[in-house]
Amino acid sequence: MPDVVTVWVNGVAMQIAPRSMVSAALLTAGIPCRKSETGEPRTALCGMGICFECRATVNGVPHSRTCQLICRDGMIVETER
Amino acid sequence: MKQADVVIVGAGPGGIAAATAAAQHGRSVILLDDNPAAGGQIWRDGVEAPGHRRDDEESAARTQALQRLETCGATLLFGYRVFDAAPSTLYALREATGDDNVIAIRYRNLVLATGARERFLPFPGWTVPGVFGAGGLQALVKGGFPVHGKRIVVAGSGPLLLAVAAHLQEYGAQIVCVAEQAPFSRLASFAFALRSHPAKIRQGLRYRRTLRKTPYRTGCWPVSAFADEKTGVLRAVELTNSAKSWKEECDLIACGFHLVPNTELASMLGCALRNDFVDVDENQRTSVANIYCAGEPTGIAGLDAALLQGEIAGHSCAGQPAKALRSRNRAEKIFAARLQRTFQLRPELRSLAKPETIVCRCEDVRYQSLAARTSWTDAKLQTRCGMGPCQGRICGPATEMLFGWKMNSIRPPLFPVSVNAFCLSNAQQDLTQENA
Amino acid sequence: MKSFDVLIVGAGIVGCACAKECAEAKLRVGLVETNTPGSGATGAGMGHLVVMDDSPAQLALTHYSRSRWQQLMPQLPPAVEYESRGTLWVATDDEEMGEVHAKHHTYSAAGVVAEILNASQLAKEEPNLRSGLAGGLLVADDGVIYPPAAAVFFLERAQALGATYLPGTGVVSASRGELRLADGTALHGERIVLATGTNCALLPSLPIKSRKGHLLITDRYPGFLHHQLVELGYLKSAHKVQADSVAFNIQPRRTGQILIGSSRQYGNVDPATDSFMIEHMLERAALYMPALRKLFVLRAWTGFRASTPDNLPIIGPAVALNDDKSLWLAVGFEGLGITNAPGAARLLVDQMLNRTPEIDTAPYLPRSTANHEYSHA
Repeated sequence: MPDVVTVWVNGVAMQIAPRSMVSAALLTAGIPCRKSETGEPRTALCGMGICFECRATVNGVPHSRTCQLICRDGMIVETER
Repeated sequence: MKQADVVIVGAGPGGIAAATAAAQHGRSVILLDDNPAAGGQIWRDGVEAPGHRRDDEESAARTQALQRLETCGATLLFGYRVFDAAPSTLYALREATGDDNVIAIRYRNLVLATGARERFLPFPGWTVPGVFGAGGLQALVKGGFPVHGKRIVVAGSGPLLLAVAAHLQEYGAQIVCVAEQAPFSRLASFAFALRSHPAKIRQGLRYRRTLRKTPYRTGCWPVSAFADEKTGVLRAVELTNSAKSWKEECDLIACGFHLVPNTELASMLGCALRNDFVDVDENQRTSVANIYCAGEPTGIAGLDAALLQGEIAGHSCAGQPAKALRSRNRAEKIFAARLQRTFQLRPELRSLAKPETIVCRCEDVRYQSLAARTSWTDAKLQTRCGMGPCQGRICGPATEMLFGWKMNSIRPPLFPVSVNAFCLSNAQQDLTQENA
Repeated sequence: MKSFDVLIVGAGIVGCACAKECAEAKLRVGLVETNTPGSGATGAGMGHLVVMDDSPAQLALTHYSRSRWQQLMPQLPPAVEYESRGTLWVATDDEEMGEVHAKHHTYSAAGVVAEILNASQLAKEEPNLRSGLAGGLLVADDGVIYPPAAAVFFLERAQALGATYLPGTGVVSASRGELRLADGTALHGERIVLATGTNCALLPSLPIKSRKGHLLITDRYPGFLHHQLVELGYLKSAHKVQADSVAFNIQPRRTGQILIGSSRQYGNVDPATDSFMIEHMLERAALYMPALRKLFVLRAWTGFRASTPDNLPIIGPAVALNDDKSLWLAVGFEGLGITNAPGAARLLVDQMLNRTPEIDTAPYLPRSTANHEYSHA
């Protein structure tokens, strides 16, 4: 088990503890996951994969829920901004 | 295609207990959960708090239950979310990016242990990043969100607030206060009634000890959350006890108004509901002959009830009804009724939202657009409230509280899935029908 | 007993459009609705404004009504989401390209702007279509709207001009100028218009059959799809009278969501979705646009179209079907209710007030089933 996992968030490398969710990386960095329909910054709310506020594009797949997605080394995360 | 005598949806305490009990009788068991590990919400796996004690009563119970699950012989499927169903068959999707791994799972008996979710009520500023659910923040912290040194206001309603506050403190957060909307009088009589549940008293006292320096304000609720105008970062929340209002500075807010049962899958499968909960008999059987339900979807009653009902359901599935457990179950039902009465939501919470406050977060529908609508369906058609990816799970309970509307018509897909996955599940249903 | 010049039953888009036309003609209008505006087929369908050439009469009506929509456009509020997305009819092979040329000829002769696209032009217009298609026909002035909001727009306009809206009550009978409501009250109307969709309870002799359809909507993917896309086989599907069928038909919404259809079934009145239809509908759509497979589906639902034996709506006095001189009909629009609502409403009121209509109303007059039995395809 590696000590840290590296994920790329909006082009910037971030080190995060293994077994962390992608949402933790975004929250730690203070980066909102998405923009709402009227342009408000939004981030995770329910933590259990139900509210869909934590969506970001992960490895090219849009609308991925980050609160239930374990960080893997080299993962590429892009948020709406 | 997988199959088992007993299939269980949800690996929280209820599902774990059901799996262990059914496997005891030699039945083949499959246990599914959309999370990467067992535990559900209250026993969520993840990043532990640095100072976490493993020797207390609750941790011990959790460890033991998980160990028994590992060794009982049940097939454990993690990361799978059920999104469609046909007679005696569930369709689940392996949740990983870009993966369309759809599996069909046939069951002779089904146990639904789908738990509950938080009720969110809109108030000005509730969409500012930094405002989380109470259980929501706990789950995110378990998922690795560091809160050491952060000032957190915990607000809303329910025993969950104390549990969350105590756990967050173990991660090094500074809990500014816990604001519970229920009035002191109701909470006091609830605490007194706990005398017949010694384990719950001990749990309550453990929280009390952890939070001894934290103000627990009753009859108190949030009015508005404030963000810094330049940075947009949350900086304070205004609380009120109806006599006076005041601002508490904070970095994060953990706010949830008690729990709402996850009954969607049960409804889709045709299980009858009573008072919005899944109706079950003393064997935890629903109105559908081979479908059982345990834990929160049958009534919000907490950990002990979920464990007990899961066990009863597991035994019932195996054709060995656990009559000896029924009296304890009846006691838990009384506790559930007491919980509901104690944490009933006060009418003032209906007036928190201002005309421009967002009610449906998926579609940014504001209170003023909804106020003129006449029903859930009318609101959906005219404003798109509830038509977003959460499928009304967040705004539905809110609009029920605000306007008295009831959501209706559950249809697959139960959760958003790719066109490809939905095509696969429908194709598999056709295949089954052809072969029938 | 309240008295009106016109009583309209049904606040779908057709009923609401009729209410507005009547009110604009200074008639005293009452509009009765059991549920909420646009909660029937209006709220279930795609919101396509399309000129359809399956018959000269349909071509005339859809062309006329589409131009009524274009005239209304400046007044429509943002909620109606009117967009001139255009329809792109897609051809898979040379035979279908032949049909494209024939279609182009028909549209051009009728004054409908249409442009033939070859394979590379088609790919440029819609990059997400699969390669290897033959080409298509772009009808640029076709549009897309959000129908429930349009129904409410028509209703509110009618009310502003004095129309009375009577929601929340069902109608028990409509006969000889008297409408009996489920709550026991009675209303008097010199004319009673049935704009009741698939519900024939008030006039069982109506030659209307219900045709179930399925639709799915995706999450938001802005820029994924530019035009409404329809396969050339769509009309074959729409005209099948016995067999269930699917046809490729997808539509971009202003939100960036994609609506995926279409399906048709007879003799099935169950609102639950059918896995067979969904599977085949999605497979057909993915045949034309494989990239659809990766989009997230948020919801699937069904709706019921009101079809007639000759595929033309029924707009006019009911006297051929029934000797009740007070009864008028605006029903049987099948998949073209949204397109034809304003045109049909205008034609109906033209007939009521003996005004000269802009197109010939003869093909749509209520006609007896004796001459038009449902033919077996």
